[in-house]
Amino acid sequence: MNLRRAGAYFPAFAKGYIRNPLGLFMSLIFPVILILIFGAVFSNTGSSQVPLTVENLDHNSPASVAFLSALNRTGAVSISMVSPDVGNLSTYLAHNDLSAGLVIPAGFAADLNGSPPIPVHLLVFTNPSSGSEGGIVEGAVQGAANAENLRIAGGTELVIPINLNVGSQIYTYIDYLVPGLIGFSVLVSPMFSMVNVSSTWKRDKLFRQLSLTPLSRSEWLTATFLWYVLLAFISTALLLGIGRLVFGAHVTLTLLSLPFLVLGPILFVAIGLLAGSVSSTPESAAVIGNIITFPMMFLSGTFFPVSLFPSWLVPVAHALPLFYVIDGLNAAMVFGNPSAAYVDLLVILVLAIAFSVVATRVFNWREE
Amino acid sequence: MTTSIEVSKLVKVYGTLRAVDGVDCEVHTGEVFSFLGPNGAGKTTTVEILEGLRRRSSGEVRVLGLDPWTQIDKLRTRVGVIPQDFHFFPKLTPREAVRLYASLFAVKVDVDELLARVELSDKADDHYDTLSGGQHQKVGVALALVNDPELCFLDEPTTGLDPRARRSIWDVIRRLRGEGRTVFLTTHYLDEAQQLSDRIAIIHRGKIIATGSPTEIISRYGRPERLRIVGEPALADRLAALGLRVERDDGGVEVELRTKADALKILETIAASGLRWESFSTRTDTLEDVFIQMVGRLEDGSLPGASQENRL
Repeated sequence: MNLRRAGAYFPAFAKGYIRNPLGLFMSLIFPVILILIFGAVFSNTGSSQVPLTVENLDHNSPASVAFLSALNRTGAVSISMVSPDVGNLSTYLAHNDLSAGLVIPAGFAADLNGSPPIPVHLLVFTNPSSGSEGGIVEGAVQGAANAENLRIAGGTELVIPINLNVGSQIYTYIDYLVPGLIGFSVLVSPMFSMVNVSSTWKRDKLFRQLSLTPLSRSEWLTATFLWYVLLAFISTALLLGIGRLVFGAHVTLTLLSLPFLVLGPILFVAIGLLAGSVSSTPESAAVIGNIITFPMMFLSGTFFPVSLFPSWLVPVAHALPLFYVIDGLNAAMVFGNPSAAYVDLLVILVLAIAFSVVATRVFNWREE
Repeated sequence: MTTSIEVSKLVKVYGTLRAVDGVDCEVHTGEVFSFLGPNGAGKTTTVEILEGLRRRSSGEVRVLGLDPWTQIDKLRTRVGVIPQDFHFFPKLTPREAVRLYASLFAVKVDVDELLARVELSDKADDHYDTLSGGQHQKVGVALALVNDPELCFLDEPTTGLDPRARRSIWDVIRRLRGEGRTVFLTTHYLDEAQQLSDRIAIIHRGKIIATGSPTEIISRYGRPERLRIVGEPALADRLAALGLRVERDDGGVEVELRTKADALKILETIAASGLRWESFSTRTDTLEDVFIQMVGRLEDGSLPGASQENRL
């Protein structure tokens, strides 16, 4: 194993990949198209504003009116006022099928204008079933609060929104979609091209050609792994950026998500290599590759969370390697649940090692 | 004379098929040695064993003093190989291909000079998949030369090429020899072997049936020189009367020349006969004639001991 040689070979592999537009399309552009389509279809974050019902218990004091106009300027919500006579706003929202509400407490102006000023708490109600709207409302209120804090107190936190979401954080479709599509990209970019590479290179005797040089199989594999890991990182950056900026997804690139982006591509490079190596022709390799790829593409929680699956389908998902990548990425990037991610990581690690060992056994450069 | 390759009792078995069945041969340093045989004769299997790409079933093989299967790491840096059906990565250019090989072999190469040597300068920056078949082979030659090898293996380098491309590959092979490199060539083109080789081994069904220089093989296995006369059929009877071996075919007569004096005798006889004739020509067997005859005789069993008795 000579890393210098692996490094010398890497640009040749990268060039070959980049100059074939289909490969880049499948690995980088296709997932972006998918997030744009699915994101647009399943979230209502178009140009329309989210309706927000506001109960002002501070009798339209100047400070509360100033805050509401700051909220209005965010452009994210359309405010409709209700009279304080409605009483408990959350009950009112539930009875009127409204999804978001804001209560400005009595004494809002007095507390803010006191000396010293006293922090006030805004109650923000959002409905868990209303998808991404809750996040938009919370973001808008927080934005207005920040603006007011800056204006009246030089940034000191005086206006503090309290988000009253039922139970814990609400996850929206787009939150699941980002890790799902990262998993999709981690699966698809090695599978489609490695099956093709290993079968057509075998047919065209390109591995034999490489075996005439000092490059070893393990050096070749290292360079190849490196390339698909790089692709996974680029794809992750694209999907994460679009998910957050365009659709307001609540996903974070945590340290714990990185090992999935390394081991995932390694696992699928090994599986793709194996599928291509055991096939006699590129055509049969493509069929085997598709048989492996398609069920995983749809049943591992890529487009829909496995928690929504009917119970009989859940064991099927659990049998697919990609499930553990996506489940782990969800745990690491969305839920912030490290212990769940560690279990997934262990599964991926074992699978990646096992498939790499089998693939290198089957994948021979010289013939016996 | 030093030897670059020594092979003795080489056998390669695939299942029940003995693809290589006891091959012995020696390749001298600095010569062009051709392995000649029809498709499926065992040429490529043998050469791939010599290159270290395939493991032998039994027998002894030494290439530059090394065992090609177990000492491939040492051998690789000293030999250049153009395998049969050479292909390369479709989206790389010849320049990138040569640079890649140079960095893998960790050698410094003047890329432009090397590409000029194989006449690829004007295609240096075109993707491999846009080049012609002959240019593909030249990329193969360039890559085989990156490590400045003492010994080059060329496995059917001109198969499938048009005549112009073939001749241009021939020029490259002659140049390799001129540079003092040993060349091991396999081919099923007899004219190619005859044109290029210092020595030839003819392989048939896994066995070597003849070895020697092209002229040695022709004189040993070919028929004697013949005089061909186009003219009246009655000429044949006159010449047969001289005690010569005469063959008649449409439009002419072919007479075997055992000695130079035979030619004079024939011409005198024709002149004296007063019969009409149109032209004379002499005809010598080519390697192709010899090869076809040998293979034919092997297959009908009339050349049983060729591989044992007649090796040079």
